[in-house]
Amino acid sequence: MKKVDAVVVGAGAGGGVVAKELAVNGLSVVLLERGKWYTPNYCRKDDLKNQRTSLLGNNTGPDDEGNPRVVVDASGNERVVLPSRPGYGNNAACVGSGTATYGAMAWRYHPKDFRMGSTYGCPEGSTLDDWPISYDDLELFYCKAESEIGVSGDDSGNPFKGPRSKPLPMPPLPPSREHQILEAAAKRLGLHPFHISMARNSIPYNGRPPCMRCRWCAGFLCEVDAKAGTQNTVIPVALRTGNCEVRTSAMVKEIVLNDRGRATGVAYFDENDRLQMQEADLVVVSGSAIESARLLLNTRHRLFPNGLGNRYDWVGRNLQGHTYSGAVGYFEEPTYDDLGPGAGIALCDFNHGNPGLRGGALLANEFIRLPIQFPSRLPPGTPTWGKAHKDAMRQLYRNTIVVIGPTQEMPVFDGRVQADPKVKDRWGIPVARISGKKHPHTLEIAEFMIGKAEMWLKEAGAVRIWESINRSLTVSGGQHQAGTCRMGNDPKTSVVNKYCQIHDVDNVFVVDGSVHVTNGGYNPALTIITIGYWASDYIVKTWKGTRFRS
Amino acid sequence: MNRRRFLQTTATAAAVFTGACSASRQQGRFLSKSELATLEAICEQIIPADQDPGAAWAGAVNYIDRQLAGFYREHRQVYRSGIAEADRRAGGNFAQAPSERQIEILKDMEKDEKTKVFFSLAVSHTMQGFYGNPRHGGNRDYCSWRMLGVTVSPVRGRNQYDFTKGGRS
Repeated sequence: MKKVDAVVVGAGAGGGVVAKELAVNGLSVVLLERGKWYTPNYCRKDDLKNQRTSLLGNNTGPDDEGNPRVVVDASGNERVVLPSRPGYGNNAACVGSGTATYGAMAWRYHPKDFRMGSTYGCPEGSTLDDWPISYDDLELFYCKAESEIGVSGDDSGNPFKGPRSKPLPMPPLPPSREHQILEAAAKRLGLHPFHISMARNSIPYNGRPPCMRCRWCAGFLCEVDAKAGTQNTVIPVALRTGNCEVRTSAMVKEIVLNDRGRATGVAYFDENDRLQMQEADLVVVSGSAIESARLLLNTRHRLFPNGLGNRYDWVGRNLQGHTYSGAVGYFEEPTYDDLGPGAGIALCDFNHGNPGLRGGALLANEFIRLPIQFPSRLPPGTPTWGKAHKDAMRQLYRNTIVVIGPTQEMPVFDGRVQADPKVKDRWGIPVARISGKKHPHTLEIAEFMIGKAEMWLKEAGAVRIWESINRSLTVSGGQHQAGTCRMGNDPKTSVVNKYCQIHDVDNVFVVDGSVHVTNGGYNPALTIITIGYWASDYIVKTWKGTRFRS
Repeated sequence: MNRRRFLQTTATAAAVFTGACSASRQQGRFLSKSELATLEAICEQIIPADQDPGAAWAGAVNYIDRQLAGFYREHRQVYRSGIAEADRRAGGNFAQAPSERQIEILKDMEKDEKTKVFFSLAVSHTMQGFYGNPRHGGNRDYCSWRMLGVTVSPVRGRNQYDFTKGGRS
C-alpha cells in the first residue's frame, strides 16, 4: 500500500470531519472504517432491527458474529455480550457511525460543562475536572459544524445557552402536537422552551431534501437522506478533493510504531480478512470511546508495555455516557400525531444551578415511540400480558408524552475499558472489557430530573404520571460513550493534550468522544464533530510547519 | 418465505380470527405441527383477540418459529421444553384446554422457577410478533398498528412528498 500523509481510523462523527479537513487542506488521507457504507435505500424501517431496538440485531453493524465484548456489571458479574444485546454499549459500525442512525440532536455544550471541576468541586470518588479548553475556544468550530453538517432549529428562546456568533442555517420543523402542549405548559411555569437544534434538514440544504417526518428516525438510516451525518456531508467532500480514500470493512488491529516509538501507520484486516499495513506520517484514532481505548491498549511496544498513551494508566478510564431519566404522562386527549422525529422541544433550565447538585440535564420530549417500544413505557403495575396489557396498549399509546433528559455523569476512574485477557474477536484481537460503577451523585441528579419532568407533564395536563429511569449502577457507554482518553494539560492525569494529540507520541491523535473530560447534560454528537474541526485546525497548521517529523 | 408457503400460511391463519388453531397447519421451520398449535394458544393468551385481532391471527407464532430457525436459535431448547411442559400441565394438549385453565397454567408457569424463563421469552417474542414490523412474519396486515391507530404504510417516504413545506407527505 502506498504511504499516505494521514490514516484515520473510524469514519464517524470525529474521523469523518478530520478526514475531510485534512483532505481539503492537501494532505493525502486514507479513512478506514470497520463497517460498511450504507445508502438511504438500506433504511428498511425495521422496527425490530435497528440501533434503538436491536431485538433482531443491529441494522448497521457490528454483526453479532465475531464482535463480542466482556461486560462486568455493578455486582461484579462477568459475561460475554454480543453487539445487539443490552449492556454491549454499541455504536453503529458504518460510515457515519452514530451520525448515520442517531436521532440527530445537535447540541452545543453549556460553557459551564467545560468547567465542571472549578464550578462545583469534585465529589469524592469521582474524577470530575475542567476541560483544558473552553466554550469560547470552540465557538467558531461549533458554527462551522452547524453550517457544514447542516443544523435546523431555533434556540433564540433559550437564555441559558452559550453565546452564538452565527444563527443556525435552517429554521426548525413545524411543531408537533406534543410540542405545542409542552410549550404552553413550560411557559405557564415560567420556564424557557425552545426548538431543539437538529442535524436534520427542515428545508432543502446542501443538496439534500427536508425531513418528511416519518416515525422511523432515531436508530434508523434516513430514507430520504434528510438527516445529516458525516457520511452524507463531510466525507463526500473529502472524496471530491481526490485526496481521500475510504476503505470499508477494514478492522484495525494495532498502530504500528518504530524503534523510537513513533507511529508509522496501522495494521488492519481488510474485507477478505488479510492483514494489511497502511503507512502514514500521522495516525488519527476515531473509533469512539470504547473502541479507541481498545486500540490504544492493544498497541503494545517496548516503550509502551501497557499500551500506547497509557504510561500513567489513564487510557480506558472514566468511561461515561448519560443516565437518562424523566417521566411519562398520560393525557385524556390524544397527544400523538405521527409526526417524526418526535423530539422537538427542550428546556435547559435545569442543566445547571440546581441546588446541591453538580450539573443536571436538558429535558426534552422523547423521539417517537414505535409500538414495539411502548410496552416498556407502560405504567408500573400494568400486567405484562393478557387482555389487560392489550387494553393498556390501546388506551395509552396515542395519549402519552415522555419527557426525559441525559444527566451529565460524574466520571469515575474505575469505570473503564480494558483489553480482555482471554476473549478475542473474529480476527484474534483482544476485545473490550467494560467494568465499573456509576458515581452515586449521578443517580441523585437523575432522580432530581424526574421531579422536573413530572412537574412539566402535570402542568401540561397529564392525568397520570409515572417515572422513567434505569437505576442500575452499571457503568454507562452506548451511543453517548465518552471519556476514555481524557484531554488535559498534565500528562500524568490525561491521555491527550488540548489538541487531541497523545502526550507520549506527537504523531498520534485521538479525535472522538474519548477526549471529553465530562460529557455535558446534552447529546454529544455536535461536540464530537466540533472537536474534529478544532483538532484538524491544529493538525493542518502543524503539518504546514513540521509535518510531524520530529 | 416463498410465495406458495406464504399463501398457505395466510390461508390457514385467515380461517381463524379467534380461537384455537386450525387442524390443517403445516410443520414449522423449527417447531412441529403440534408444538405450533400449543405455542399459538399460549401466544393468544398473551395477546387475546377481542374487537381487534389477537396474537394468533397476527401470526406471532409464525414470527417465533422463523426466529427459532434463525436469530433466536439459541432459545430452541427452552421453547421445546416449555411447550412440552405446558402440554403436560394441561393433561396432554394445552391448546384443547378451556381458556380459564390455560390462563391458570400460564400464571403458574410465569412464577415457577423451572418455566419462568420460557414464559418471559414467549411474552417478549409474542409482543415482537404482534407489534413489530410485518417483514418478520408477524403483525399480519399491520393489525396491531391499525389497532393503535398509527399509519401502516412503511414506505411513505418512497412516495412523492412536498419538499417545499418541510412537512409530511
